[in-house]
Amino acid sequence: MSNKFIGQSVKRLEDKRFLTGKGRYTDDINLPGMLHAHFVRSPYAHARVQSIDTTEALAMEGVVAVFTGDDVKELNGVPCGWQVNFRNGETMREPKHPMLIATGDTAKHVGDPVAVIIAETKSIATDAAEAVMVEWEELPAIASPADALKPGAPKVHDQYPDNKAFDWTFGNPVEEVDAAIESAAHVTTLEFVNQRVVPNAMEPRAYIGHYDTVSDKYTLYTSTQNPHLIRLLMCAFVLGIPEHKVRVVGPDVGGGFGSKIYHYTEEALVTWASKQLGQPVKWTSDRSEAFLMDAHGRDHVTKAEMGFDADGNITGLRIKTIANMGAYLSTFAPAVPTYLHGTLLQGVYTTPKINIDMTCVFTHTVAVDAYRGAGRPEATYLLERLIDLAALEMGKDPAQLRFQNFIPPFDGVTQPGYQTQVALQYDSGNYHPVLEKGLEMLGYDDFRQAQKEAAQSNKLLGVGISTYIEACGIAPSAVVGALGARAGLYESAQVRVQPTGKVSVFTGSHSHGQGHETTFVQVVADKLGIPMEDVELVHGDSDTVAFGMGTYGSRSLAVGGSAIMKSIDKVLEKGAKIAAHKLECAEGDLEYGNGKWTVKGTDKSIGFGDVALTAYVPHVYPAGLEPGLDFSSFYDPANFTYPFGCHIAVVEVDKETGKVTLKRMIAVDDVGNIINPMIVEGQIHGGLAQGIGQALLEGTIYDENAQLTNGSYMDYCMPRADDLPMFETANQTTPCPHNPLGVKGAGEAGAIGSTPAVVNAVIDALWSGGHQVKDILMPLTPERVWRAMN
Amino acid sequence: MQIQVTVNGKTRKSEVEDRTLLVHYLRDQLHLTGTHVGCDTSSCGACTVHVDGVAVKSCTLLAAQADGCAVTTIEGMAIQDSPTTSQLHPLQEGFKECHGLQCGFCTPGMIMTAADLLKHNPNPSEAEIREALEGNICRCTGYHNIVKAIQWAATHSTKPEPNQQEEPVVADEHLFTNDVTTGEVVETH
Ligand code: FES
Ligand code: FES
Repeated sequence: MSNKFIGQSVKRLEDKRFLTGKGRYTDDINLPGMLHAHFVRSPYAHARVQSIDTTEALAMEGVVAVFTGDDVKELNGVPCGWQVNFRNGETMREPKHPMLIATGDTAKHVGDPVAVIIAETKSIATDAAEAVMVEWEELPAIASPADALKPGAPKVHDQYPDNKAFDWTFGNPVEEVDAAIESAAHVTTLEFVNQRVVPNAMEPRAYIGHYDTVSDKYTLYTSTQNPHLIRLLMCAFVLGIPEHKVRVVGPDVGGGFGSKIYHYTEEALVTWASKQLGQPVKWTSDRSEAFLMDAHGRDHVTKAEMGFDADGNITGLRIKTIANMGAYLSTFAPAVPTYLHGTLLQGVYTTPKINIDMTCVFTHTVAVDAYRGAGRPEATYLLERLIDLAALEMGKDPAQLRFQNFIPPFDGVTQPGYQTQVALQYDSGNYHPVLEKGLEMLGYDDFRQAQKEAAQSNKLLGVGISTYIEACGIAPSAVVGALGARAGLYESAQVRVQPTGKVSVFTGSHSHGQGHETTFVQVVADKLGIPMEDVELVHGDSDTVAFGMGTYGSRSLAVGGSAIMKSIDKVLEKGAKIAAHKLECAEGDLEYGNGKWTVKGTDKSIGFGDVALTAYVPHVYPAGLEPGLDFSSFYDPANFTYPFGCHIAVVEVDKETGKVTLKRMIAVDDVGNIINPMIVEGQIHGGLAQGIGQALLEGTIYDENAQLTNGSYMDYCMPRADDLPMFETANQTTPCPHNPLGVKGAGEAGAIGSTPAVVNAVIDALWSGGHQVKDILMPLTPERVWRAMN
Repeated sequence: MQIQVTVNGKTRKSEVEDRTLLVHYLRDQLHLTGTHVGCDTSSCGACTVHVDGVAVKSCTLLAAQADGCAVTTIEGMAIQDSPTTSQLHPLQEGFKECHGLQCGFCTPGMIMTAADLLKHNPNPSEAEIREALEGNICRCTGYHNIVKAIQWAATHSTKPEPNQQEEPVVADEHLFTNDVTTGEVVETH
């Protein structure tokens, strides 16, 4: 069947409402009688609540209620969805993450809430917060994960004096890796920090809890990436309310990047408070609160060693990392530094021996969890920095060193997948040509000439390469279950053919910018051979969509799209039975294409719409066949998908000031088959900007009291339009062999490959000017770069 | 206090608190929710509107300061936009053509800022566009396609006057229709 829409840059169907100001984000929704919540938060990173006096606040006009920790003691904490035990078998430490800090208990990071004011307006609630008197006993606090492990460090949870959440080892036995490193002809060693960054989706989190006294049913509107998952976590683990009495709606959501996967305390509290008060309750975060409360990303301290033989072949990789978990374990947090990071250390290289030793620690900071890429950017950063530095140290060409160590191509169909040393089996890969293509786009040889000339001037030139791989399409449920996940990671879809042949598709995936309302419709229209106008995509509402696991880990099309394909297959299978009956032939004599079933070799056919109508008006109908044409499916992937690619950055470094200017950013990505090239390119662009942001601009700064000192857009440097060049992108296509669309996922690639490319480029520039530095702390501010040269 | 503001061509008389910001007046009192709030430090531009034809961050202005002014919001940008007929502003078209939006949260502010730029500089260079967007943050697009969208609009501009009519937005909640607001509602009698 020929494709009319798949592979085309169809303009987005969802755009018009956003372009005309009619997008409907949670904060845009106002319900009658709606009250507004404001949280009273800890100004200290670690402090005991000695007393709380709410009398004055309660007496204020317009204040409806003030709840403190004592009022919500019965509620459970927000749960963690992944369990990774200590290497000695001890259970992962999972301290309660309470709704509100009660009197006598301690706040464990700045922003930890102690009370919530519910008032008639937002400004009354905000004013009343000033009138809540909290007596605090300030305690010593720690923000650095490395320092938290030192003896005598302030304790985050008294019951865990060493501040460890768990530790973990993975890969080949460490003795084998030690031997490989010790016998190497050259060992490149790098100690570095993958700094903490803040996701900063532009729409701040917002929730409306609405308990309807008539139907005894709750509705939660939430800026989430996964409405059903929030319903499950909130109902079953926090509030203990029946799931069928709760509707969760994720309306238009203004970006997520991971930060809106997790179940947050505010979400459960507005829902709970709405029942206490019998009125809807809204809470919208402001940006300062978002900096304090949204789960952050990255935050690793690493020592990495890569061994090479005399010819430059990688012989071993040994990693020791400390990962910051923050004060509590967020929903996916334990998986990020472990199974989403350690398992990617093979990269695209044939490294025969790999071991990682990981210690995950509590600190007095907000939780760290998955942020665009989640573990895979950290793994890529580590590998790609090492191999580039090794090339500089050994006097080899960084591109050649990669070519020489690449895993040879395999398609996963005629050749088996590639079994790594770190558990995963890559599905299909062809790494050499993406780098070749990137170098061609760059004009590598000419660049090296220009770099030589620039070395004499005031502006050094540098190029940085990064050849990444990621594991996406998360994930086979049985595999992740064996690794500690407490959920299945399948997806569900329903394809409902209406009597007139129009099609409603219900997906458990959730779009918060990814364009599902277009991409998914392209797929369905093509597979059914009908116009795109005849297909509608429904998502984001637990009352209309039967179930869903949501959107993260570049999984929507690979997993959610595959579930839709399963339902389409069922529609076509049943449709063929009806068509055969109407055409008085055997099913086997029929072929489907262009929206109709045709008797092979004849011009006898029946259209999709006629079959649909017959299914609902079954007068002339196969005996024993149920009426209707409406199918649900669940798709549990057979494997992860493994997109890969090559990112190349060109920078100019001002010798006088240390200022780095990103001149070019090249990305050649292989994300498997592509449904909508325009949307895929857009995903790559956004990821690149975030990855570049981490390399050059972004990063949290905590003071000695674990106070976040740059928690606003005045102080936290977000990438802006004039920080970035036009991006140069290209694609290669190696289809995924194990899902029906052959797609691998494109949401995170940009953020995974770009960060090390940019840092490598700056290091390369410095070496060209005679400064043989190994590392500069990210973000690479002018001051840091200047210091590295002086 | 009482203010009188002409919003998207329609004169509004409203009672506002002294401290009400223009953005909250537009969103909460007029239910023009296309204007967004992305920060609390006047740094993100999501709230950008035109006041007397000039792009301003509506979170930096009190509603009272807009008394007597003409305000245009994203809802007033289309040349014509009703459920039956629709002709968008070239910038709105450009953002769609060039995939200049993903989640759409920054988009109204981007368009209002870009409209101001094009008014003063109908053929901006890439560098001039990037500089003009310096006060607007987008976390989704990496700005590449926003730059292209503005270039597209510059070459397809028909110098339209913004639309002065908005139409009602109807909600789909399980409540009586009369109970709910999710956008600006025009009362009909
Ligand atoms: S909300 Fe006005 S600049 Fe951010
Ligand atoms: S499109 Fe999402 S912030 Fe710009």
